[in-house]
Amino acid sequence: MKFSERWLRSLVNPALDSAALSHLLTMAGLEVEALEPVAAEFSGVVVARVLAVAPHPDADRLRVCQVDAGNGETLQIVCGAPNVHEGALVPCAQVGAKLPGFEIKQAKLRGVASAGMLCSARELGLADSVDGLLLLPADAPVGQAIRDYLHLDDVLYTLKLTPNRSDCLSLAGVAREVAALTEAPLNLPQIAATPVTSTRTQSVEVNTASACPLYCGRIIEQVNAAVPTPTWMLERLLRSDVRPISALVDITNYVLLELGQPLHAFDAAKLSGSVRVRMAQPAEKLRLLNEQAVGLDDSMLVIADDTGAQALAGIMGGADSAVSDVTQAVFLEAAFFDPAAIAGRARRLGLSTDASHRFERGVDFAATRSALERASQLILDICGGAAGAITEVSAALPQRNPIALRPARASKVLGIQLDAVQVSSLLTRLHFSFSQAGDNFRVTPPSYRFDLAIEEDLIEELARLYGYDNIAAQAPRANLTMLAQPEQQRDIDAVRGQLVARDYQEVITYSFVDAAWEADLAPDAQPIALKNPIASQMGVMRSTLLGGLLDVLRSNLNRRQERVRIFETGRCYHARPDGFDQPQRLGGLIYGGAVAEQWGTAARTVDYFDLKADVEALCWPSSARFVKAEHPALHPGQSAQVWLGEVCLGWLGALHPRLVQHYDLTSAPICFELALEPLLARLVPRHAAQSRFQPVRRDLAVVVDAAIAAQSLLEAMQSAAISGLAELTLFDVYRGKGIDSDKKSLAFRVLLQDTQKTFTDSEVDAVMAQLTELLKQKFNAQLRS
Amino acid sequence: MQNLDHIVAEALGEFAGLNQMAELEQAKARYLGKSGLLTEQMKQLGKLPAEQRPSAGALINQAKEQIQQALEARRDALRQAELDSQLAADTLDVTLPGRGLGTGGLHPVTRTLARIQALFGSLGFEVAEGPEIETDFYNFTALNIPENHPARAMHDTFYVNDTHLLRTHTSPVQIRYMQETAPPLKIIAPGRVYRCDSDVTHTPMFHQVEGLWVDEDVSFAALKGVLADFMQRFFERDDLKVRFRPSFFPFTEPSAEMDIACVMCGGEGCRVCSHTGWLEVLGCGMVHPNVLGHVNVDSEKYLGFAFGMGVERLAMLRYSVDDLRLFFANDLRFLKQFN
Repeated sequence: MKFSERWLRSLVNPALDSAALSHLLTMAGLEVEALEPVAAEFSGVVVARVLAVAPHPDADRLRVCQVDAGNGETLQIVCGAPNVHEGALVPCAQVGAKLPGFEIKQAKLRGVASAGMLCSARELGLADSVDGLLLLPADAPVGQAIRDYLHLDDVLYTLKLTPNRSDCLSLAGVAREVAALTEAPLNLPQIAATPVTSTRTQSVEVNTASACPLYCGRIIEQVNAAVPTPTWMLERLLRSDVRPISALVDITNYVLLELGQPLHAFDAAKLSGSVRVRMAQPAEKLRLLNEQAVGLDDSMLVIADDTGAQALAGIMGGADSAVSDVTQAVFLEAAFFDPAAIAGRARRLGLSTDASHRFERGVDFAATRSALERASQLILDICGGAAGAITEVSAALPQRNPIALRPARASKVLGIQLDAVQVSSLLTRLHFSFSQAGDNFRVTPPSYRFDLAIEEDLIEELARLYGYDNIAAQAPRANLTMLAQPEQQRDIDAVRGQLVARDYQEVITYSFVDAAWEADLAPDAQPIALKNPIASQMGVMRSTLLGGLLDVLRSNLNRRQERVRIFETGRCYHARPDGFDQPQRLGGLIYGGAVAEQWGTAARTVDYFDLKADVEALCWPSSARFVKAEHPALHPGQSAQVWLGEVCLGWLGALHPRLVQHYDLTSAPICFELALEPLLARLVPRHAAQSRFQPVRRDLAVVVDAAIAAQSLLEAMQSAAISGLAELTLFDVYRGKGIDSDKKSLAFRVLLQDTQKTFTDSEVDAVMAQLTELLKQKFNAQLRS
Repeated sequence: MQNLDHIVAEALGEFAGLNQMAELEQAKARYLGKSGLLTEQMKQLGKLPAEQRPSAGALINQAKEQIQQALEARRDALRQAELDSQLAADTLDVTLPGRGLGTGGLHPVTRTLARIQALFGSLGFEVAEGPEIETDFYNFTALNIPENHPARAMHDTFYVNDTHLLRTHTSPVQIRYMQETAPPLKIIAPGRVYRCDSDVTHTPMFHQVEGLWVDEDVSFAALKGVLADFMQRFFERDDLKVRFRPSFFPFTEPSAEMDIACVMCGGEGCRVCSHTGWLEVLGCGMVHPNVLGHVNVDSEKYLGFAFGMGVERLAMLRYSVDDLRLFFANDLRFLKQFN
């Protein structure tokens, strides 16, 4: 909502300057988004008449003008504008005038004296681009200061209104609000019934009374549609950013701005038969004023005649019945459409109009008829003509039921003390009608307010007028209780902290990704597609974090970052027959040097085991099991599933060589992705007695087939449940000289310790023999000699 | 006895000239060993008359003592020299960088969220979460935003199907939490939210923190108190000016927009605050009775206030980040500045 302060002040004129008025509106909930002067600061510019134009003796593009600036003498001014001509009325900056950025002095241009400057709109700060001198109307008074003549001492307000305040989508509405806030008198235009001097009427049928509870229309015939719109009206329209079109259209737009009631003028000659307000028929078509052809459906309200839809009710008129310069009779419509019947329709058609904006939010149904009268009078005044009687079809209008308002409740909600006297005074300023019984009130909201239904709505009104700033902030009061601190659950921040300590940088990537990433990295997933993605490469919800991590890797490699260690936590999304799974996951990726390049460590590229140590640390103190498994995005020989107890957390491994090549990487990133929730579970420790006896350590080296997983030997020995077996560690893996090429040697450290006694040599020997036999049976393991 | 003095002088002289421990031990043997010079002297004692033996023996022992002391002193000196040379050999350039992994860091949004969480946690706010693919009901209807309400147009919503969408705010968590938990309650709900909007000041995904306090004795004045306190602690400026303006959210009534004095220019007016001196940082209000009604909370007995803030916005102001899009470009050179 944009308007001129001058216009507003013609309706209500509080003793506040522009800055104070703007602050007042903002603090009352009508946020002033922009406050800009109509023109730049300048002085010394007056209306002048060009008396004569002669060529410049030494410059082809310059002309020497004789100018009457109204001060009794003829000024000689050199001018370069192509549109300067004899008799033109133009702004003239006299010697001594201050224009934006410079001052006018007596000068010589190419040897010819010049006593001033004829101005364009740009030089006065009125426009950015310019097309020669600003030509003024023929009746512009020579000598008058241009600021006064063009009303340039004005400020443009742009309000950012919230959707509940449709009542302020007009000058009258804003003025009413200013009057309530400042208690300054309100001078709205006096509207009288227009004398009916024509017998012509238009029949109207409303087929959907609930969508259109009130429809008023009248014919005005014998209008001169070609007359120019008066300057005063143009000025107000332009200062509200409304493009002038023709007098008839400008008048309807003017009343819309002034009173907030959208109106439509049909060319009466182009309507045949009755005007019908009805729902559109399926597949009905309409060509709109903006030449857009739209397909309608039966949720859309139209204004039709006997031949079909002529306007999209409350949104935009049709091209076929539009007024033009040769229109002789208009059918002028003012209606109240139910917000629910209009809301969303314009958006569905890709439209947003001043009319739909207002009808969707609510238009004052009690002022519909007087807006029609106002527009009629302006048409008669400007275009002439004779008005016919108003045809009005009305049904049940919205009810404004009284709302109970308790000052005690208002005080409790707001945290201030409001008594009945204060409440009564605030309601009076708002011009709300109310009755009082004891301390309590019954308030009937006005017809122009669509946002007042319950007590809280009225409490907000009281607070607005009281001033939010005048409500003193309080420290909150409540019973204190401590927050739960579950020890069996660690915080996600602890996991993040672990990775940070291990040299990982956290990243946050978009939850929607390129469908191609999903196809590459999770070919079995059926990603959830967005119906209206913002870009095609953000079309589906991720089922894995890997796509985002690889994308971050590649963009950083492009920025010459050679070593990348990143992680992300966030949800991944999977469709289920009955809904969506959205588990939190933790993913990471390492690439490049195992450590940053430095003097003390031989340069080495990261491998599977670097990352595995990180994953083990994340699972600690539980020991995760790593099960060799294939994943479509990972190297089949360098990938594993991660299991904690019976739960598969996820996987880790090197990116598949096919994808390494596909993504133009020089080496394989090593990645992991785990379910986050099970990773956060923790046991509360429970102490067990430490042994007082010395542990016995033995080593066991065996040779097995190279394909056998080391973990299976460890698991077999652990599951043998040997009493006193305190620790079992794989400390060496050897392939090469002395071992057959398809075999490997595994060396385990066995730690035996009992809480009751020291192991004897023979007991130890027995355990070692048992383990050796077990490995021999299960894995054909031979003791390494 | 001239002979003894001579032996002592010779031993001392010899020890002083030796630089190896092994040589020193060999020299020791020559004087003090089984057939050493002093041992020989001792053996001669028997040949002396009995009355001279004690004094002669004492003299020999005295010489032996002198040699022993010189030997110990020389041993210490040699040990010290050996240690010194070892220390010299072991000396490192202690200024060389340490070996091994460095340290990573958190994303600035996580860092900001942690800060917000800690501040509200100190007042006893619990953290609650909710799904990001949300139903129309929780995202709109339960929050008093019916079908075709103009407020829905303000949310440029991503749809997954006819009933599911990407949540446009963290407010649905209010409803989900209150369905499970009876008042009094205090929560914040941090998380990702989505709007179909992308330009210099909008990314299609960003983070919000929703807050909700429902109790018998909360009020708009308390809302102002809590949020002013929060902003002052967050920016660590006790004198940070704040203001509350009437606004509109379908799920709060009265509703307010909270501004803080521009932290960039101190309220003087700059590009960041569009020369107004104020920054819009948060929307808030008293929970609408219809919302409490949806979760069967008696709005006569309980009052609530709710607020929602944009995390990236606060992070930008706190850390002087001038482009929202940097948060999701994940340039390591950007991210490492927050470590």
